[in-house]
Amino acid sequence: MKALIATLFTVVLALPAWAEVEIQDVTSPKGIKAWLVEEHSIPFTALELRFRGGTSLDAPGKRGAINLMTGLIEEGAGDLDARAYARKLESLAASFGYDVGDDTLSISARFLTENRDEVIDLLRTTLLEPRFDQDAVDRVRAQVISSLKSNAKDPNSIASKSVREMIYGDHPYATDGQGTIESVSALTRDDIVDAHAGILVRDQLYVGAVGDITAEELGALLDELLADLPETGRAIPSKADLNLTGGVTVVDFDTPQSQVLFSQGGIDRDDEDFFAAYVMNHILGGGSFESRLMEEVRVKRGLTYGVYSYLLPKDLASLYMGSVASGNDRVAEAIEVIQEEWAKVASDGVTAEELKDAQTYLTGAYPLRFDGNGQIAGIMVGMQMQDLPIDYIATRNDKVNAVTLEDIKRVAGELLSPDQLHFTVVGKPVGLETTN
Amino acid sequence: MARRRAFALAAALLSAAVAPVWAQQEHEEVTTFTLDNGMEVVVVEDHRAPVLQHMVWYRAGSADEPKGSSGVAHFLEHLLFKATDTLESGELSATVAANGGRDNAFTSYDYTAYYQRVAADRLELMMRMEADRMRNIRLTEKDIETERDVILEERNQRTENNPRALFGEQMSAVQYHNHRYGVPVIGWRHEMETLDMEDALSFYQTYYSPNNAILVVSGDVDPDEVKRLAEEYYGVIPATVDLPERLRTQEPPQTAARRLTFKDARVAQPYVQRSYLAPERDPGEQEKAAALFLFAELLGGGTTSYLNEKLQFDTQTAVYTGAFYGGLSLDDTTFDLLIVPSEGVSLQEAEDAMDVAVAEFIAKGVDEADLDRIKMQLRASQIYARDNVDGIANRYGRALTSGLTIEDVQAWPDVLQAVTGEQIIAAAKEVLQPETSVTGWLMRDTQEVTQ
Repeated sequence: MKALIATLFTVVLALPAWAEVEIQDVTSPKGIKAWLVEEHSIPFTALELRFRGGTSLDAPGKRGAINLMTGLIEEGAGDLDARAYARKLESLAASFGYDVGDDTLSISARFLTENRDEVIDLLRTTLLEPRFDQDAVDRVRAQVISSLKSNAKDPNSIASKSVREMIYGDHPYATDGQGTIESVSALTRDDIVDAHAGILVRDQLYVGAVGDITAEELGALLDELLADLPETGRAIPSKADLNLTGGVTVVDFDTPQSQVLFSQGGIDRDDEDFFAAYVMNHILGGGSFESRLMEEVRVKRGLTYGVYSYLLPKDLASLYMGSVASGNDRVAEAIEVIQEEWAKVASDGVTAEELKDAQTYLTGAYPLRFDGNGQIAGIMVGMQMQDLPIDYIATRNDKVNAVTLEDIKRVAGELLSPDQLHFTVVGKPVGLETTN
Repeated sequence: MARRRAFALAAALLSAAVAPVWAQQEHEEVTTFTLDNGMEVVVVEDHRAPVLQHMVWYRAGSADEPKGSSGVAHFLEHLLFKATDTLESGELSATVAANGGRDNAFTSYDYTAYYQRVAADRLELMMRMEADRMRNIRLTEKDIETERDVILEERNQRTENNPRALFGEQMSAVQYHNHRYGVPVIGWRHEMETLDMEDALSFYQTYYSPNNAILVVSGDVDPDEVKRLAEEYYGVIPATVDLPERLRTQEPPQTAARRLTFKDARVAQPYVQRSYLAPERDPGEQEKAAALFLFAELLGGGTTSYLNEKLQFDTQTAVYTGAFYGGLSLDDTTFDLLIVPSEGVSLQEAEDAMDVAVAEFIAKGVDEADLDRIKMQLRASQIYARDNVDGIANRYGRALTSGLTIEDVQAWPDVLQAVTGEQIIAAAKEVLQPETSVTGWLMRDTQEVTQ
């Protein structure tokens, strides 16, 4: 079997690197830029709009305002109250999805060709004339508070909160973008209106479209939809100063299985060593079943159902993180194994075979991401926000393949920091205590 | 976060709302055939990208397990990633990865399925390995011990650490007096702890055979080529002649409404859940199920649904309401209602308000404009579905392992369009019988019954 696999490597590497995704750089008559892939075989279009800034743009003392505003965009617009609006949207068989994170607010729209103009008219009203009626504010606020209460009893959320507070000091990243029960309870309609005006702005906008639409049609659509947004809004905060120290934090919570997040400093997406770090992480803990952590913690010892590590390059800080969950009586052993594996890669790097396997997987799996109009639109917006060139898709696998064993050894030595790796444990772990 | 070896929580309320609708036959490039040994094959073509998904579905899930061995279907699913005569332990996944692909598997009440997503020219390799593990796994005692620890940690993660999941287990256990759907897919912990080599191999030898399996291939593939390869790799595996019929113990008439309270200190948001025993989609007879599907949509499907309007807009009784019907099931399924009360509203008040709203809906009858709007969305969803052929492939796999035929799958969109308001009300009245219901309150353990 191994011999067979070896011969297949060359075949994979010889595959064309997704020549099919032909991206057009579109600029509308009024100057809105977008990337487009025309795909006329199914009569619909996926449109992805993203605004840089996300919940990190909350005004001082108004934590949770942008998140609540995002939940309210679909609660009525123009002369349609929330119920009439929902009926109208359903009758058009379109869908508008809204999401907001630390760095980005995204709007994902999907609509049929046959009623595209009507849908865009509704989406324009949605973005430019949201009502933010007081009854809607109160209703959605109650939903957010319900979610915050659930998070307070959820081991994962408790762990995330602890990590944020430990690492990010007084940066916006230090607190949950949903806000707290107190901060959300205090938000007024004016705060929501301010949040809307401060974040849905043209100079932070990135656009991707995939589907049954031409460049000319898209240009007209973008002008209709987005040209009347305010030009500029709130300033993006400065980069975060990170407080990174090794050790263990135990958050006492009565539950049978301890939930663990581990964290240390990461690497920026535009760092020249990013690809070496990315491939290295795949081997250490990113590659699901084929990773060292999965092999050592799950496959050999049965200590967990899943253990993962991941690079987390955000706009204003980069972390290297991971997670594992293990029974309270076994979690100390799981952590010990992770620490050992972390140190091993830091000092010895990886093997030639591991590097080759990782490169084959990562380059071969890359095309699998492009499996739907919405996914491709999202990927294209992500590329623009990371300032990647429009031909990036065709060159990305070359960058993965260019990583050498020496690169990984050097980057592993620089990036992996066993002394800085901090374990945040939520549960009743046996044999673990908070260190200081 | 990717979850390896995930099993489908068919009972999970919030996922039960996913609508089984897909592309019309004239747009959907589906080819079906059966191999000589009885293995059914479904091919769904989409040539936009040079990738494919290769799946094998077994008509064997947790509801087919012998008494006392709960969780063995899912345990065996994990063990199928260990060694065979020709593959080392873990080599199948490693090989898929080394070819740039991803693989996984999942188990539910009525099925176990294995799949790989990979470049379109790798179909033969996938088939060779998948056909190999249909009959040739070679387990060691170490595999059994370690993987049993893994599934116990999986149960910790999914269930023991989650009061909502523990509550859902109790709801199902009380709903079914005599049917295996009352036992969780992952298994009861005390039985999982005793699963051994013999349990796993017995289940494997009984159910893993070509005449109990469905091959579903989707993506950039040619049906003739799929057929040629399927005959070469799967067609040579002899059928199991003594394959048992899937005759599960069935429910007796349910004659007593049941209530339960589940208390846990980790509950942040108490809620009320109600389930009613309900008929599933049956071959050639999907009309009642279609009516129940539309009933769930109208009553508690989306923003404009009746419960939402009455309990979140007209009054602020609830922060969330929902109605769910999972019609894809081999035996009797459930119709479920959920209400999460607003701050200051007691569980009793919420339950009462929900009951009043449901009774009002049934008394008033279906608003034709609402029904038309939902039917129109279902038609549109058939266009959107063509953007995700793997989704279409999954629906065939689920349907064919739940007792339906390819014809049923293809008729379903038209059956839905033909449902009338009267049929919806008739189905609602038939199913919403207190005697077949379970009402559960999920509570903080410090909370008093009267808040």
